[in-house]
Amino acid sequence: MNQTQYELNKGLAQMLKGGVIMDVTTPEQAKIAEEAGACAVMALERIPADIRAAGGVSRMSDPKMIKGIQAAVSIPVMAKCRIGHFVEAQVLQAIEIDYIDESEVLSPADDVYHIDKTAFQVPFVCGARDLGEALRRISEGAAMIRTKGEPGTGDVVQAVRHMRKMNAQIRQLVSMKQDELFEAAKQLQVPYELALYVHENQKLPVVNFAAGGVATPADAALMMQLGAEGVFVGSGIFKSGNPAKRAAAIVQAVTNYTDAALIARLSEDLGEAMVGINPNEIKLIMEERGQ
Amino acid sequence: MKIGVLALQGAFIEHENMLTDIGTVCTEVRQVSDLQGLDGIVLPGGESTVQGQLLQKSGLLAPLWDLIAGGLPTLATCAGLILLAQKIKDSPVTHLGTLPVTIKRNAYGRQLSSFVTEEPVKGIGNFSMVFIRAPYIEHADMDVEILAKVDGKIVAVKYGNQIGLSFHPELSGNPKIHKWFLSLCEKRLDVYPLHHT
Repeated sequence: MNQTQYELNKGLAQMLKGGVIMDVTTPEQAKIAEEAGACAVMALERIPADIRAAGGVSRMSDPKMIKGIQAAVSIPVMAKCRIGHFVEAQVLQAIEIDYIDESEVLSPADDVYHIDKTAFQVPFVCGARDLGEALRRISEGAAMIRTKGEPGTGDVVQAVRHMRKMNAQIRQLVSMKQDELFEAAKQLQVPYELALYVHENQKLPVVNFAAGGVATPADAALMMQLGAEGVFVGSGIFKSGNPAKRAAAIVQAVTNYTDAALIARLSEDLGEAMVGINPNEIKLIMEERGQ
Repeated sequence: MKIGVLALQGAFIEHENMLTDIGTVCTEVRQVSDLQGLDGIVLPGGESTVQGQLLQKSGLLAPLWDLIAGGLPTLATCAGLILLAQKIKDSPVTHLGTLPVTIKRNAYGRQLSSFVTEEPVKGIGNFSMVFIRAPYIEHADMDVEILAKVDGKIVAVKYGNQIGLSFHPELSGNPKIHKWFLSLCEKRLDVYPLHHT
């Protein structure tokens, strides 16, 4: 990937800001998501809650299924590959996916190395729990970051924890003297240049979305007020009682994230939210994958 | 002068940063009350389907149409240009429809086809144009002024006080187009002095 392509890829993420990216498993769901105001869809065979329930090894989706979703909507289509599985990423690039999510939701294919994302033309988004993980993914070529949260739980607590931690660490870097950044970069296990960027610009060099456990308009607005630039909603929509209405409400809550009166109205009569499980009840902790 | 930036979804902060850097006061437009006292408005890039729906749900569509049709200087980039277009190819939907052009969405294809090129813009000179899943104008009415073409496709137009661009000047690092837009906003003060009373 040359520098121009990387800037274009970061630019696409900038266009997605203030928007909601929704997990969909069929062309019909993709259309519902688009009509509800999704700024992009994530095409996958099973949403995280079902991946959790099914167990076993979870892989990249069938390209035919992804192509069906690409044909159904005009908004950008993303798809997930396993951490470190650069051939799945090559396959997704070959079908001209708009964004690849190298995702901890799928079973990792490599327990040491992430994909060298600089070797691709297509942009990547990666999950992160803290500033170190985020900057390591960016140094590998990620053009967008999202919190990991804990996917498929409907519990927003980890997404909140990750967003707060990342922002606290950014503030720490910003407040340091420049000669302290060398040691900070070493401790964060990140390249000095990226630590310096954060110190000077008070933000990540790429767009940062919230993901993992967002289930309600208030959850989405919470993540926005905590500093997210947009929101991924996975299981929260199509595991709920009225997906179209909930999806549209979350979209409006992300735009108007400080307007509590509007969020109150949006939260009325949404039907049942996804049931949700809390992290103490689950055995598989996806956020620990790929550090 | 006060310039509004439509902040429903997309890359609105990039426009605000560029306008602020050249010394302009910006305000984010999310609801009808935000339209008060604007001297110009920017419609940013993003996803036009999302922005179009949010224009309706927020009640902004009709009052914004009134303002733009009434001559409020408007700078529309990428998705913003789609909002302005009178016709969207292969779609029954239109949004503001104040600019008499037919636009083709995702005209260059998917993200792998996004590109940067340097071409002349009328009155501005050579400009580094950033195209991201961009549209182009397939047809423009006779009275629409064509400002730039890339490979024979129309990518920049002016019609009255509306400027429509397929590309993203807010990502180019070059404020020339924004400065030109501001001069248009200032000129309008002369043309419509009653606007401010």
